[in-house]
Amino acid sequence: MATASIKVSETPLVLYTLRRADDALILGHRLSEWCGHAPMLEEDMALANMGLDLLGQARELYSYAAKVEAKGNDEDKFAYLRDVRQYRNLLLLEQPNGDFARTMVRQFFYSVFADLYWRAMMKSDDPTLAAIAAKSEKESAYHVRHCSEWIVRLGDGTEESHRRVQTAIDDLWAFTGEMFAVDDSERGLIDAGIATDPAGLRTQWLKTVSDVVDEATLALPKNDWMQQGGRSGHHSEHLGHLLSELQSLQRTFPGATW
Amino acid sequence: MVTALANDNDLRQRAWDAAAQVVDPEIPVLTIADLGVLRDVQVHDGRIEVAITPTYSGCPAMNMITLEIELALERAGFARPTVRTILSPAWTTDWMSEGGRNKLREYGIAPPQASSSRRALFGEQQVACPQCGSTNTEVLSEFGSTSCKALWRCKSCREPFDYFKCH
Repeated sequence: MATASIKVSETPLVLYTLRRADDALILGHRLSEWCGHAPMLEEDMALANMGLDLLGQARELYSYAAKVEAKGNDEDKFAYLRDVRQYRNLLLLEQPNGDFARTMVRQFFYSVFADLYWRAMMKSDDPTLAAIAAKSEKESAYHVRHCSEWIVRLGDGTEESHRRVQTAIDDLWAFTGEMFAVDDSERGLIDAGIATDPAGLRTQWLKTVSDVVDEATLALPKNDWMQQGGRSGHHSEHLGHLLSELQSLQRTFPGATW
Repeated sequence: MVTALANDNDLRQRAWDAAAQVVDPEIPVLTIADLGVLRDVQVHDGRIEVAITPTYSGCPAMNMITLEIELALERAGFARPTVRTILSPAWTTDWMSEGGRNKLREYGIAPPQASSSRRALFGEQQVACPQCGSTNTEVLSEFGSTSCKALWRCKSCREPFDYFKCH
């Protein structure tokens, strides 16, 4: 690692924006890992397209965080020059792709949340976040539709596809609680009308997820124990490996451009 | 003062005309004016500032479009123009001009439906084949060759075609 990590002044709004930017970047990177490996050409394009949407959202959010922080950081520095403990994404999104069913379940859990979240954020009193939300909610709607269709097709498909998608649901379920968690720094932004309270999205999220899972002849786990940590930088072992690939060029050749 | 203002208006119009010629690198029949991407041109002390709005968050053409605008303005005699991105209000396919929609159709891409309601986002849409005009069409893939397009097929003339997605 040739280049030192940057320092970030994590005021509540900077931290809030970085958390959402990290969600988009990390999930977008995971989807990009499928490029050239998807089960068929149309799906290869779909995964790359969804990854591109997320990368675009990440760029806008990082740029806004940099503007608010006003310490000379920019989107590239946030993405390439923060260490694993400085990343603030949801644990769900850094989980490895696994098989296609696991990738679809991860996308499904997150996209249903993101669609509700961005729609609520269109009413934010922060005009930049509201504008990013207005763009992102349309993209999320496509993602929800795409992965919902796959959950049904896989769940109500063959014995093997059913088993694989059910295993993925069981394994990833414990990471879904973190989407609805709020800490003190976010509570202040919610009270100020800048952030939306994710707790208010949970009922609708569960309803949409349950409807699709039912149609797919699958079942949600009864266990409600939830794992958290990503928002405060306590990640699973997978994120470090992801970042070593994502950051290798900038860490090896600092400031490289093309 | 009046002369300076009139002068600014003239500069602004010339700059707008130059910027409006820039085409989308991925759909070269459409200019950024047709798309509704070109939002504003302002004159500050004789310097030109152009405001554009991104179509899709991850649209890789935006960087290229920015560069093309700068080149077009410099060719038109404006030194060191700047291009600013504005996010709000968010771009929608409703901003595409009628001329733009016709050009798309002639190019073989089905234009987006007129109103980008959430109903269209959720797939309740009838898309006419740009080749034969039939509405007996089906979607092959929601995600096409670029982030703004989906892949469809006409069941009447059997031709596959791109559909510019509603946003």
